Amino acid sequence: MLDDSRPLSQPSSRTDLFVTFTLLALQGFGGVLAIAQRVLCEQKRWLSREQFVEILAVGQVLPGPNICNVALMIGDRFFGWRGAFAALAGMMAVPAVIVLLITMIYAEFAAVPAVAGALKGMGAVSAGLIVGTALKLTGALRSNPMGIPVCVILGVVMFSAVALLRLPLAWALLGVGILACVFAWTRLVTRNADGGPP
Amino acid sequence: MIASLLSSELVALFGHFLILSLLAVGGAITVAPDMHRVLVGEMGLLTDAQFNASIAIAQAAPGPNVLFVAVMGYQAAGLAGAAATMAGIMLPSTTLALAAARWSHARRDWRAVRAFKAGMAPLVIALMFATGWILTAQTPGWRHVLLTIAAALLAWRTRIHLLWMIGAGAVIGGMGWL
Repeated sequence: MLDDSRPLSQPSSRTDLFVTFTLLALQGFGGVLAIAQRVLCEQKRWLSREQFVEILAVGQVLPGPNICNVALMIGDRFFGWRGAFAALAGMMAVPAVIVLLITMIYAEFAAVPAVAGALKGMGAVSAGLIVGTALKLTGALRSNPMGIPVCVILGVVMFSAVALLRLPLAWALLGVGILACVFAWTRLVTRNADGGPP
Repeated sequence: MIASLLSSELVALFGHFLILSLLAVGGAITVAPDMHRVLVGEMGLLTDAQFNASIAIAQAAPGPNVLFVAVMGYQAAGLAGAAATMAGIMLPSTTLALAAARWSHARRDWRAVRAFKAGMAPLVIALMFATGWILTAQTPGWRHVLLTIAAALLAWRTRIHLLWMIGAGAVIGGMGWL
């Protein structure tokens, strides 16, 4: 269905990083995660689906905006701290100008029903885009050493904790995260003992 | 007098967002309640309506949602305010992220690092489902849910450009069909 078999590529320069992240951010209405996955994994092929999930995992447990952490880490991986800065600046600079311009005119249009309705519709779609991206990334779990059933159970527990019970994210990550990482650790040990891939 | 008052306010804003940056596991939005406590409550720089509008504007605009912090700073103290709050929320977390990325990349063959990445993968994906769920639950109504599900299926199964979907959502909502 999706062409995930093309070889990985990489940004040609820091300017390439800056421009790519600027264009990517400008397409991200209601969150940048969905479009970031599309552009970085499918269009540019800078990262595999698995690498994207790995980087997101590090970005997720650290404080700060996830997607900015992701930009930073990708930029750093290819071009060191200058690359990190280029990617982050690309993500933030032009969108910041736009959001401040919108702030200046917002008060005049906020009460127009069509504008309020359009924002509601965009909100519903962007929620769907995040779910669609999550569905796509589940494919990255196939190679997970914990095995699919355990991944599903952990995922359901995490979803329930955050979405249904509304536990604070930091506690949910700490609790379920430690459990998951310890289990993954034991699986990696077993596989090594069996003479499997390291 | 006014200038010194303003600069002391800016330093206070900057300092407060510096601390919040390191507490914001899961994104800046998770510490929004504390921003409300300080900006609307203690410092009285924003009204409730301005506070809520800041988040709404940043979500409607393109770019990372963390820019709502810039909107708050701007509404509180102009461009200097936006610079103070954004620098505060970004500096500690980006420094930490850069250090952590290098540390873990240099040790990517360590079993502990591989266990962390493998263990976290299903949780990261579950968190994306949770985000979609929470966003949908905020605004009830079956048409709304239907639109979200349609967008999810299209994003998952097709290569239709995401902007077309966002645009379609804007039209459907703007026509008052939601």
